[in-house]
Amino acid sequence: MHKFAYYAPQTVKEAARILSKNGPNSKLLAGGTDLLVQIKEHVKGPAPDYVVSVKNIRELHDVKFSARAGLTIGAGATISETLATKGVQEHFPAIADGTAIIGSLQIQNIATIGGNLCNAAPSADSAPPLIAYGATALIAGPRATRTVALEDFFTGPGKTVLKPGELLVSIHVPTPPARSGCQYVRHTPRAQMDIAMVGVASFITLDRKGRVADARIVLGAVAPTPIRARQAEDSLRGQEPTADALRAAGDIAAREESPIGDVRGSAGYRRYMTSVLVQRTAQAALKQAMR
Amino acid sequence: MEQTTIRFTLNDRPITHAAMPYRTLLEVLRDDLGLTGSKEGCGTGDCGACTLLLDGKPVTSCLVLAAEADGRKVTTVEGLAKDGKLTPVQVAFIRYGGLQCGICTSGFIVAAHALLESNKTPSEADVRAAIGGNLCRCTGYDKIVRAILAAAYDEGELVDESASMPVMEKPLFTEGPM
Repeated sequence: MHKFAYYAPQTVKEAARILSKNGPNSKLLAGGTDLLVQIKEHVKGPAPDYVVSVKNIRELHDVKFSARAGLTIGAGATISETLATKGVQEHFPAIADGTAIIGSLQIQNIATIGGNLCNAAPSADSAPPLIAYGATALIAGPRATRTVALEDFFTGPGKTVLKPGELLVSIHVPTPPARSGCQYVRHTPRAQMDIAMVGVASFITLDRKGRVADARIVLGAVAPTPIRARQAEDSLRGQEPTADALRAAGDIAAREESPIGDVRGSAGYRRYMTSVLVQRTAQAALKQAMR
Repeated sequence: MEQTTIRFTLNDRPITHAAMPYRTLLEVLRDDLGLTGSKEGCGTGDCGACTLLLDGKPVTSCLVLAAEADGRKVTTVEGLAKDGKLTPVQVAFIRYGGLQCGICTSGFIVAAHALLESNKTPSEADVRAAIGGNLCRCTGYDKIVRAILAAAYDEGELVDESASMPVMEKPLFTEGPM
């Protein structure tokens, strides 16, 4: 493996200081399941000379939930730790949909949701459900912290709004209002150990009359970043969520994306499956919302 | 570049070891500490041959830096048998033919061990999900699944590894193909 120096600071501030001092030559290590593969296989640019581990930064490993405050996932918490946190599976089933399918059990025991987001693969399975739930990202730099909506966090394949010296501290997800539901489904040739060809998360809140009060539809793996299908969402707001309305929303969403064709599937097939998955996930979200 | 000092518990024994910071836990265990039970297959976390337990949970040790194991508890396939006595999972793999070339075997056994620690009554689907991160290219998966289910529902016949081969009278599978 490429030779690098290793730091394991105790605080976010110290980590930010090491990162900003060493610039793009340094990388943050959370689970390492993406970073070490990139270093070993020489992909995604030159390998770093400085690796900064989050292992000893206690606040990054916390996962907290209360119905009032919502869910806060420390950027260094593993997928397994997040899924085992009380309230996650019950209040945020789509987070479980999106993270329990990342890699294998062995990977989920080391990989972090923060790392999945910062790696910024267009196909990252944790991103669409978190964006659909309205998540925000807390970012720390050497001098200050800032918060951005997770949907604005990604700027391109492998690229985020993180500036040199900045690191993701945590993800905050508000508890969904009453009469809400959300599901994430990814489409892959294999059931396990595969990368999304299309991934769709649909979040729906109904009003008292059963009409769509709010809808957020997020598409993964069909554009340079995860994207909101805003026109499809608009088409549903205020409407009765009939099968026809969902079919129309699926077709609109498929026109909002810009998929590539590759070994996993053609661009046309991705568009077709987007329409199908928008309908399926919206149906499932409705079922949850009507419970 | 400096070595980092790593203090961890390895198969129930405290250990202090110095290693370069860019070496993986798998490399250090195999090349420095002589524990070659964990294998390197793909080196990228896809095949599961390097599976070991970190704080009791299965992980792919090819993607864990040795330095990251500092302060933690590591259990390799060598640490499963106690006092020279194989575990029911290990005996079941032998008796039910759950291995051929053996490269994947220690990873499967560690993954199976972790499953049975957390779930004493797994279904066939639970077993298949638990070994979803382990690849085998020769035996195939049915004998491996059969061995793990046999270990889970063992009523003592797997305690004695010198006992005769099992007679497969009662069907082990309640779901899925056979």
